[in-house]
Amino acid sequence: MSEPVLRLDAVERTYHMGGEEVHAVRGVSLTIESGEYVAIVGPSGCGKSTLLNLLGAIDRPDSGQVYLDGRDVGTLGDGEATALRLRRIGFVFQRFHLLAALNARENVELPMAEAGVGRAERSARARELLAYVGLAAREKHRPPQLSGGEQQRVAIARALANRPALVLADEPTGELDARTGGEIASLFRRLNDDGTTLVVVTHDEDLAAAAKRTIHMRDGVVVRDERASPLSVATGVPAARSQR
Amino acid sequence: MIARLVVASLTGHRARTLLAVAGVAVSAALLLDMVMLSSGMRESFRSLLTSRGFDLRVAPKGTLPFDTEATIADATAAIAVLRASPDIVAVAPVLGGTIHLPRAGGSAISSVALGVDPAAQGDYVLLDGREPGDGEIVANDALLAASGHHVGDSLTIAGGYDPQLRLLDAPRRVRISGRVRFVYLARDQRAAAMPLAAMQALGGPTRRDRVSLMMIRARSGADAEAVRQWIAARLPRVTAISTATAIAQVEQRLSYFRQLAFILGSVSLVVGVLLVGTLVTVSVNERIGEFAVLRAIGIARSTITAQIMLEGAVLMLAGALLGLGLGLVTARYLNAILASFPGLPQSIDFFLFQPRAAWTALGLLAIAGVAAGAWPAWRGASLPIARVLREEAA
Repeated sequence: MSEPVLRLDAVERTYHMGGEEVHAVRGVSLTIESGEYVAIVGPSGCGKSTLLNLLGAIDRPDSGQVYLDGRDVGTLGDGEATALRLRRIGFVFQRFHLLAALNARENVELPMAEAGVGRAERSARARELLAYVGLAAREKHRPPQLSGGEQQRVAIARALANRPALVLADEPTGELDARTGGEIASLFRRLNDDGTTLVVVTHDEDLAAAAKRTIHMRDGVVVRDERASPLSVATGVPAARSQR
Repeated sequence: MIARLVVASLTGHRARTLLAVAGVAVSAALLLDMVMLSSGMRESFRSLLTSRGFDLRVAPKGTLPFDTEATIADATAAIAVLRASPDIVAVAPVLGGTIHLPRAGGSAISSVALGVDPAAQGDYVLLDGREPGDGEIVANDALLAASGHHVGDSLTIAGGYDPQLRLLDAPRRVRISGRVRFVYLARDQRAAAMPLAAMQALGGPTRRDRVSLMMIRARSGADAEAVRQWIAARLPRVTAISTATAIAQVEQRLSYFRQLAFILGSVSLVVGVLLVGTLVTVSVNERIGEFAVLRAIGIARSTITAQIMLEGAVLMLAGALLGLGLGLVTARYLNAILASFPGLPQSIDFFLFQPRAAWTALGLLAIAGVAAGAWPAWRGASLPIARVLREEAA
């Protein structure tokens, strides 16, 4: 059996905020295989985003291990963790976080430039990715000239730039209206159908319904981990799921 | 891509960037002026003292050249002694004094006058006409303008003038053989030169066979210090000073200028660093979220550090280039003011532009620009990614 993309063993993460300890993640263990589409859901403050940061090697657990491609990210130095994020993980944020000074193509090129991809190659790939997310005609537009949905599409293209093993998205439809959120959900489904492993933190039921697996969190722990049947994913009906 | 981000960041806040560049330009102009001032007078004096090719100056014992009105007696014998040295190839004696030219109404014009050996002199540059022979003088523009004479004119001169009686002492007629520029005198200082014997005769018995100064040109390759010691051993009534020593003495006297220039230059540099440091810090604070996102998507600390430090360096260099031009203009203006100070040699510059000075100022500013961006760059690159993203999302 091949190595899972992600494996968490008894991961704990506690913050100190205003003199109080906040146990954001408590003893979470889970495995995410290549090609999965996982939605992490739960009420605000339940530890979803903290878990996502741990999965993405942005944060380190206080205890337990996070393995990405079999490597314990907790043991990596800053340089190694940065390189891992650059080459193996794609990030999509709620507020898009594109660089306003760069146009859409340049934003997509940015991670490739950092990875040392040549100018011609990264330009061609950026165009290809913008076409994939339906923005071929908008490559020279800067973020303020794009709608929210378009900006999020550019952010998704940027996340895919270095052909990551995993794409992590934190409330990717949180700033979008229902129609545009639906379009992003469709795009995620297409991404996953094309082989991208996706982990999405969301409150958006439609987006969660598109996932093949849903992890429910409450008070820093995983309270339910359910997988949808192929039929339910195709129809977007969340009821037809099997619990683990 | 880093360059693109730097340009985008700086052009994104045009007014702020322009104000910062203008501030750095003023700071850079002051720094350049201070660098020019610290070396300008020294280089100017060095150039002045070495331009005529003399290696030593011989003055009356215990004095500096033209420091007092003292003179060296038995000049003919002293010159003969000096010319006997195999290491001395030329001796240029100079007797300083004053001459008076009659003016309509009985008054007189006074002028500095030098008695020289026209064949070996190092006090003036001939601009027009020829060296003075018997019964001839050369004059500078200030004297020609004041007396209303031209090259070729004859005029009356005297070594003394009684203003009460309005009488010239032993006047004589001379002809102006040339127009000259005196190297060591002020631009507006009236001056003339004539053969040494004529000048000694004008001064009367007290000036007979006397000189104020002798300038010595040593043989090529000769050790000036050895020549000085040779002169000291044979002419105990004189003080010989090498040009190198004279330059060192001038440098010592100018040390206040250098200290002033150093302090003001340092202040301007610190102001530039604070200005750029403040601006880059503000810019980084505004973009903390942006840097956290960049770090999250895998942009290395070194890339972010380079971007921020480059922003500081670009601001500093843009200001420095503008400041160089501004500094040159202000130096020229200040030099004109200071050069008009009475009694200063015409060829002395307070602010001397030297490419090395410009490079020094530019180099200092570039280093300062990078240093100014160092702390904000470190902050921007080492922020806690997860916490900043969490705060940004809140």
